[in-house]
Amino acid sequence: MKHTISVLVENEFGVLTRVAGLFSGRGFNIESLSVAPTLDPSVSRMTIVTRGDDRILEQVNKQLNKLIDTIKVTDFTGQDYVEREMALVKVTAEEDTRAEVLRIADIFRARVVDVTPRSYTLEITGAPTKLDAVIDLLKPMGIKELVRSGPVVMGRGQ
Amino acid sequence: MKKTGSQILLECLQQEGVDTVFGYPGGTVINIYHDIADYPIDHILTRHEQAAVHAADGYARTTGKVGVAIATSGPGATNTVTGIATAYMDSVPMVIITGQVPTPLIGNDAFQEVDIVGITRSITKHNYLVQDIKDLARIVKQAFYIARTGRPGPVLIDLPKDIQVASAKFEYPEKVELRGYKPTYSGNVRQIEKAASMILAARKPVVYVGGGATGADASEDLLAFAEMTQLPVTTTLMGMAAFPQRHPQALGMLGMHGTYYANMAVTNSDLLIAVGARFDDRVTGKIASFAPHAKIIHIDIDPTSIKKNVRVDLPIVGELKDVLNNLSATLSKQSEKLAAMIESSAGWRAEIADWKSSHPMAYQPSDTVIKPQYVIEQLRELTSDDAIITTEVGQHQMWTAQFFSFSQPRTFLSSGGLGTMGYGLPAAVGAQAAFPERQVIDISGDGSFQMNSQELATLVQYKLPVKIAILNNNYLGMVRQWQEMFFDRRYSETPMELPIDFVKLAEAYGATGLRATKPEEVGEVIQKALATPGPVLMEFKVDREENVLPMVPAGAAINEMVLAS
Repeated sequence: MKHTISVLVENEFGVLTRVAGLFSGRGFNIESLSVAPTLDPSVSRMTIVTRGDDRILEQVNKQLNKLIDTIKVTDFTGQDYVEREMALVKVTAEEDTRAEVLRIADIFRARVVDVTPRSYTLEITGAPTKLDAVIDLLKPMGIKELVRSGPVVMGRGQ
Repeated sequence: MKKTGSQILLECLQQEGVDTVFGYPGGTVINIYHDIADYPIDHILTRHEQAAVHAADGYARTTGKVGVAIATSGPGATNTVTGIATAYMDSVPMVIITGQVPTPLIGNDAFQEVDIVGITRSITKHNYLVQDIKDLARIVKQAFYIARTGRPGPVLIDLPKDIQVASAKFEYPEKVELRGYKPTYSGNVRQIEKAASMILAARKPVVYVGGGATGADASEDLLAFAEMTQLPVTTTLMGMAAFPQRHPQALGMLGMHGTYYANMAVTNSDLLIAVGARFDDRVTGKIASFAPHAKIIHIDIDPTSIKKNVRVDLPIVGELKDVLNNLSATLSKQSEKLAAMIESSAGWRAEIADWKSSHPMAYQPSDTVIKPQYVIEQLRELTSDDAIITTEVGQHQMWTAQFFSFSQPRTFLSSGGLGTMGYGLPAAVGAQAAFPERQVIDISGDGSFQMNSQELATLVQYKLPVKIAILNNNYLGMVRQWQEMFFDRRYSETPMELPIDFVKLAEAYGATGLRATKPEEVGEVIQKALATPGPVLMEFKVDREENVLPMVPAGAAINEMVLAS
């Protein structure tokens, strides 16, 4: 089962490798990881997407909590939360496909952030499932390059 | 007044009450070594950095204080890795200080540079690279606090040379502030009440004690709890000395080389109370068949230990002393129910007594060849009750656990989790440095001894009267045993055929060497060694193909024991 975990950590040298090393050292897989400082510059927030059964996830949570630099761990699974991911997609745009690329971009509210005679680069934001859908539709046109940020999440309300 | 970084470090050690450190000098710690003479801190020079860490570990395990080791950068730092991993696996409080190349050179592959913080990340409880002298005192304070609180463990501080040389005002912080680190000390009251109810309802309960009981200094509390409830008590290798092994309720060790009665009791139990133990695979054997009928209560200060390997019906996170005392208090309020439980589990105690008498821990004695178990029994007979025993790793280690019958906490030092050959001799250095007047004995095999035999020099230089007992079978005995039992006796690379003269080796270092080749010489040699001042090496030429039994083959259930060769 997929779990999205948010970890507040001290914004210090080496913390990212400590967290990543914990996953690799214990055989847990990280599907995606995004990290940046919070409003408080001494604290960073990591959003980690991982998979595993309940037993593995319990260990992941406990092991993350055990790190001295960890301030708070929240597993958003089963909770009400907002989730966003960003992708940059450089898609082939030849004479016959340029209009179709723009149409898809328009439908999914993607922005064109770069244009060349043979390509468009799109910026797409939304839930990871939406990004998957856009990328699937663009694939037949020929995707030259793709970058995804990995999701960031925030609990609703409060 | 301003002080240099190396002075600040030493001031901090002094503030933490450190009286002895173990280490090895080098270019990047030369300033610390220059200044250490000005401080009331004894330094013991081992002959290898690994040994310095094991010695600090031995010091920590016997005293309960934080052990301290110092090594230089690069090879000095990498040599500490096995020692640090050993301490990490066995939850030993320790601070390791490594020198580092000056900060402007870090990352440039400078001479003797290594990313020791990166290397030790997964084998330390926490580690630091000091980047600013202003952080040094705070980091040292935090390191000691982290090392000794919660589940103890090693903490490494990597200290660049330019920071040792720089100067700053010294102020030792009064408090430690770590917003993410708050160990749980008090067990949840409701969970403790539930545990009491489960104990009162049990008919076949067993207590299973691990090294956490020693770490928490909870031996007395454990004894009081056990005597009050009359519960049988089995221990892991690490928990061995936490419960007096000659106590009528003691079942000895469980698991791969555990006693028949401990393994049978656990397998047939209806309630298993794990106390500071982590269900290592050497204890559980095949997980699916481990304590199949038992509900499990797991008491531990480290939440990650709970439900890691086995299902747990009732977790209690907390400090063992606190939890055991509260559990005892809760039970004492229900004295009638407790008396009823004790009465109704009489049949269980009788069943265990039958297993004990039908399959006691025993071996085939001999008049002609020295049995290794006999040497252990003789050592037990002839040493004092508070003698500190260290071991290396292998057959001799298991025989010591099976036959030494420990009676006092912090008297058995052995590498349980990592299984580090070469641990015992340097650990004995640390134990003897901590307790110069007590008997300290390193029980060793001929293979393990050769992993850190250079520490004979440390013993002689510092007049540490450690007695070493080598059970010499000219084999890497435990691997040979596996080859015999599971690999058709193909003794690949396990015979240690080169006949080393261990007596001469001891003498070469300026220690005393003694040898026994016949059973009747064993007692005499031990007595002579104990009466001889200074370090003494005893070599016992033992039965070459004696096996450690009982044995649970790897992957089998713990009641599927091989009982005889």
